[in-house]
Formats: sequence, structure tokens, C-alpha cells
Amino acid sequence: MRVHPRYTQKAALALLGGATLLTVAVLVFIIFFVLEKGLPVLSLSFLFTNPQDMGRAGGILPTLIGTVALPVLALAIATPLGVGTAVYLTEYTRESGLTKVIRFGTDCLAGIPSIIFGLFGFIFFVTVLRLGWSILSGGLTLAFMVLPTIIRTSEEAIKAVPASYREVSFSLGATRWQTVRKVILPNALPGIVTGVMLGIGRSIGETAAVIFTAGSSLRMPHSVFDSVRTMSVHFYILAREGISNQNAYGTAAALIIAVLAVNLTAYWLMNRFIARRS
Amino acid sequence: MEAKISAHDLTVNHQGLPLLDDVTMDLPTNRILGIIGPASSGKTTFLRALNRMNELQPGFTMAGLLLLDGQDIYAPDFDVVALRKRVGMVFALPVPLPMSIHDNVVYGPRLSGVRGGRLDELVEKSLRAAFLWEEVKDRLQTSALRLSGGQQQRLCLARTLALGPEVILLDEPCSGLDPISTAKIEEALAVLKSDYTIVLVTNNTKQAARVADETAFFLQGRLVEHGPTQTLFTAPRDQRTGDYITGRFG
Repeated sequence: MRVHPRYTQKAALALLGGATLLTVAVLVFIIFFVLEKGLPVLSLSFLFTNPQDMGRAGGILPTLIGTVALPVLALAIATPLGVGTAVYLTEYTRESGLTKVIRFGTDCLAGIPSIIFGLFGFIFFVTVLRLGWSILSGGLTLAFMVLPTIIRTSEEAIKAVPASYREVSFSLGATRWQTVRKVILPNALPGIVTGVMLGIGRSIGETAAVIFTAGSSLRMPHSVFDSVRTMSVHFYILAREGISNQNAYGTAAALIIAVLAVNLTAYWLMNRFIARRS
Repeated sequence: MEAKISAHDLTVNHQGLPLLDDVTMDLPTNRILGIIGPASSGKTTFLRALNRMNELQPGFTMAGLLLLDGQDIYAPDFDVVALRKRVGMVFALPVPLPMSIHDNVVYGPRLSGVRGGRLDELVEKSLRAAFLWEEVKDRLQTSALRLSGGQQQRLCLARTLALGPEVILLDEPCSGLDPISTAKIEEALAVLKSDYTIVLVTNNTKQAARVADETAFFLQGRLVEHGPTQTLFTAPRDQRTGDYITGRFG
């Protein structure tokens, strides 16, 4: 029996609309749930004072530092490496067996569970290189974790730059590197920024790999060689050990607001960049 | 008169298929050479051989000799970046880079290290030569993407002129343009030929008849006939040339 297109049309609309609604509802529910429990705890003094009694009282200042330091270090390492790899793969080599192997490798790397990265970071950075549980070990581990994301999003962004721009640039006497610098990277920037944002998001929220490599010290770090606890790890420990559910949710709320702020800032910067160029 | 460019037995293959077959011709200095012929007759391949653009895509091989002022431009030690500044190119579709009008024009000169007030002089000079200055002089800092199609193509011409080339290659530059924009480009070319050697590939035989001093007819990768435009259009030596220009095929 054939169903009239009018009804299939309605059914498709309902299903697709429903899927969208469900997605948004889950997101809104999670955010409200966390904010409702966490916002009452949040205050300037909660953010900017040291914790006391394992986090039962006091604030979360050292974890705030850790949450900023680890992603900043990770992205400072991963962005040049990742964008460089993407430029090499797209602009400096022709599609070949080797590029396929490299691409397959990065895809596999992206699928490796974070705890395996944590284990690798623990064995290699913490023990073999004797960096100990430190911001440096954690940042390096996170850098390798977000590297595949940055490579693949940058690659897609670079491929999306029209081939005619390259032709024009070469025809005007530009070298390949000049073309990359003046035409390709500026036009691929919004896509590259998206990849970096995904990387920040992933490294801010990471818990398993961070416990293994940066440790969970609640003391204020003084250099990149000190151990640090991030907000995600703090939340995990507070909740898991039953230290303080209230402060756990306060930390979670701060974390969610931080992620939102990072994303909004990135969108704002990107829109400004695009508006200036067109 | 010494030929600006001369091709000897030029053959270009793409993935084993011949696109250009044994072309030998001399291009005169300070003249416009029109190249006509039906689709896939090798016109564009020939044009792109002159500034070595073919090699940017994989799969191209070539044989034969291409001389610019008597020098082999495919010699291993020939500087291809310098070549492309001497032999500028305007593409079929106008492709302004997504930056301001000013920055488009000075893209090439900036790469060669030209800075400061020299750039502004170049912008005015090049835009005037492309018959675009009066239309854009008050908005040089706005995006080139906001120009109309005809203005964009004249901007592309100005951008090529700013390189200070000796040869200008135009690949069907008017194929997407209205008659008025086309007339402006043709007007510019007529003036420019006193300073440059111009090669104009066109799908429009009437355009070749209007602006070219010499015309070459390509068919299936071969050069069929090459001579003064007047002669080629009024008394073609080859039957196929006559058939093409009278519109019997193509």
C-alpha cells in the first residue's frame, strides 16, 4: 500500500522536529539541573579562595588555575602541530598511499579512549621523562589527545578554500608558502578555530587522562612542574568520595559557565573576523 | 622582428591523453594574438603552458620547447615564480581574492617586497589601465567581492597589470560578462597592447576579429592555422578554419 506523500511529509516533519526538540531538551535539562544545584554555591569568593578541608569548605581557586593552564598548554602545543600537519597533508603532498595511512592513523588516534592516553602519558611523560605529575605532563598528554581533532577539522577547512584562490595566487607569482600564509590560512581560519574550540572543550572536560598525568593536588601550583587539580577532577573527587555534593555542583556550574563563555567568545571573534573580510 | 614567445613542437598530455599535439608558432611582441577553436581544442592548455600553470595539477606531462625571449621556460633552473610575474594571467571567471580592492591589486607586488606609497601609485595606475579607477576610487578599502562581475574581471586585469608583466594571458575573460563590460575590457586591451604582448583565448570568434592583430585556430589539440586576423577571417587557407568561423561547427 502506498502512503500519500502528504502524510509521509507530515511524518517526516514530526520525526525530524521531534529529534531536534529532544536534543535541545536534553541539553537544556542538563544545564538547568547543574545550574540549579550549583548556582547557589557560586560566588566570587568561591571562585577565588583556596579550598579548605579537602574541598569541604572554602573555594576552588587552584582548580580554576588548573582548568585554565592545562587546556592552554595543550592547545598551544597541539594547534601549531595540528595545523602544520593539515597544511602539509593538503598543500604539500599529493594524495598517495602515505597520506592515506597518515589520515587513517589520525582517525584511529581520535577514537582511542582518553584513559589510554592517560596511561600513555603516565608511563611516558610522568615516569620515563620524569616530568612527574605536573601541568606539563597533563598538557602534553591532552595535546596528543586533541591533535587528531585539530588535524581533521583544519584539513577540512583548508580543503574548503576554493581551488581558484590557489590558482590566482600562484598566477600572481606567489610561492606555495606565500599562498598558504596569505590566502589559505586566513580563509580556513573559521574552520580551524572550530577545531581548536572542540579541542578546548574536550580538554577542559577531560578527567581520566588528567588524573593520571597532572595528578590531583589541591595545592596552588607555582610552575608547570607542579601537580594541579582541574575542576573536572575536583568535581569527580568531591562527588565520588562524598566530600561535598554542594561544592561539587558549584564546581560543575563554574565549569559549564566557563565552557559556554569560551564558545561564545570564539563565535564572537569568528563573526567579527568574517565580517571584516567580506 | 624577434618573437616574444615561441613554441616548438609543443605537446601536452594529461594522464596519457594528448591535449596539445605538436604545436609550433611564434607570438609577436606588442600585439594581440587571438586564439579561437571549439571546446577542448587545446586553447586553454596552450595558454596555461605559457606560464606553467598546467603543472599545478597532477597528471600533466609535456614535450617540446617553449621560449620566452629566447630562454627555455621549462629548463630545470628556470625560476617559475619569476616567470609568472613576467607572464600574467586573467582567468575565465573573475576570482577576486576575499580582501579589499586595494589589497587585491597589490597582492603580487607585496609578495615581491614592494611597500608604502609605491603601492598606492601602483593601485591607481593599474586600475586606470583596466578602466576601473573612476568606478572604485572612493571605495578602495571595501571588499572586492562586492563589485559586479564586470568590475571584478577588470579588477583581475588590474591585479595582473600591477605585476608589471611583459605578457598578459587572458583565458576567455569575457565569457561571463555583459556586452558593456566586454566592450570595456576590449577597450583596455586595445590600449594595453602597445606595452604588452597579449594572448587572448576566446570562444567568441567576433571578439577575435574585433581586437586581435593575429589569430590562431586550434582544433583537437592541433594548430590548424595562424596568421593576420584580417587574412584568417576573410581568406582562410584551411577548409576547417572557414567552417568554424562561419559557424558550421563548434
